[in-house]
Amino acid sequence: MNELITIFLGLVLINNFLLVRFLGLCSFIGVSTKLSNAVSMGVAVTFVMALASVVTWIIRHFILIPFNIEYMNIIVYILVIASLVQIVELFIKRTNITLYFAFGIYLPLVTVNCAVLGVTLINATENYSFLGSVAAALGGGLGYTLIMAMMSGIREKLELANTPETMKGTPIAFILAMLLGLAFVGFVGMI
Amino acid sequence: MGKFGKEFIKGLIITNPVFVLVLGLCPLLAISTSIDNALGMSLAVLIVLLGSNAIIAAIRRFIPNIVRIPIFIVVIATMVTIVNLTFHANFPDLYESLGIYLPLVVVNCIVLARAEAFASKNPIVHSIADALGMSVGFMLALLMISFLRQVPGTGSLSVFGFHFFTLPVLGKNPIAIFILPYGAFLVIALLMALFRRTGVMKL
Repeated sequence: MNELITIFLGLVLINNFLLVRFLGLCSFIGVSTKLSNAVSMGVAVTFVMALASVVTWIIRHFILIPFNIEYMNIIVYILVIASLVQIVELFIKRTNITLYFAFGIYLPLVTVNCAVLGVTLINATENYSFLGSVAAALGGGLGYTLIMAMMSGIREKLELANTPETMKGTPIAFILAMLLGLAFVGFVGMI
Repeated sequence: MGKFGKEFIKGLIITNPVFVLVLGLCPLLAISTSIDNALGMSLAVLIVLLGSNAIIAAIRRFIPNIVRIPIFIVVIATMVTIVNLTFHANFPDLYESLGIYLPLVVVNCIVLARAEAFASKNPIVHSIADALGMSVGFMLALLMISFLRQVPGTGSLSVFGFHFFTLPVLGKNPIAIFILPYGAFLVIALLMALFRRTGVMKL
């Protein structure tokens, strides 16, 4: 149990996917302009990450390792993620149409989000147990959602601020990410 | 300068994948701690992009439009697996320091974006020129960022064990923030602002 909490909190606060490992940065800069969009994206990513971790763990331990074809993991993982995203999209469309429209374009975008493939590869290289993989996925997803929400909140306020012309848009977003990252250094050593 | 040259040049500055299109940021910021890593990552992206652009341009007439994205991803994943295994066998040190960012080239937006936006519509030769231009543009950006991080962050410059110089004061007291993840955000933000200020690139 202790180990699971360490993995979970470590990924939320210390080895944050966005700020320290730089996974999922494309969506970070592109989507984090409005708070509601950022939170939808975060929820979609967390959900797919958790599902992908479970499925890839099963495939890795019951197919790839017994047949000694671990070198195929990149192709297998990306196919699993792409098909999971399709299935989740179809499922949500059938069951909850409001949620489907709330996610909009963000759900298909999850396929090419480095964070999702990243968490499955981290699970494989660190050799986490089944529960460990789920903890890593949930921790990574929560950390991602947290930073996306904070960032978009700040960027909404920043629209009204008097930013220098040369720093408008992407450059100032990177500066904000640096400051957020520095703030999160305070958590190092907590675990 | 023919069409080949034009497709090559455009990736360098006008549509530089990093500074103008803001693509492929994950490996860019994570790997730019040293020039060794930057060169290794550029080589990997070059091979993958060349292979995937050429293959996709060659089979573009046979790909049904509705399943094109999964096909692109499988082609790219195959190229990445080849590069991954080659690096593991021939450059074990580089493989270790690139870590999970080498397999993550699969979801590098540059590769998929070029497949979708260029290779699926253009003949092989132009797609190869496009791949070369984009990967050299990526390499230039990566080298620039990693130089600006390695020199202040460690106080010296050495590439693959070959030592160039050590700065007088910084050599003893390096500014560690440049090597830490937060330094990456700072360097890329300032570079983009600089390019916009001088008007080198339309951002």
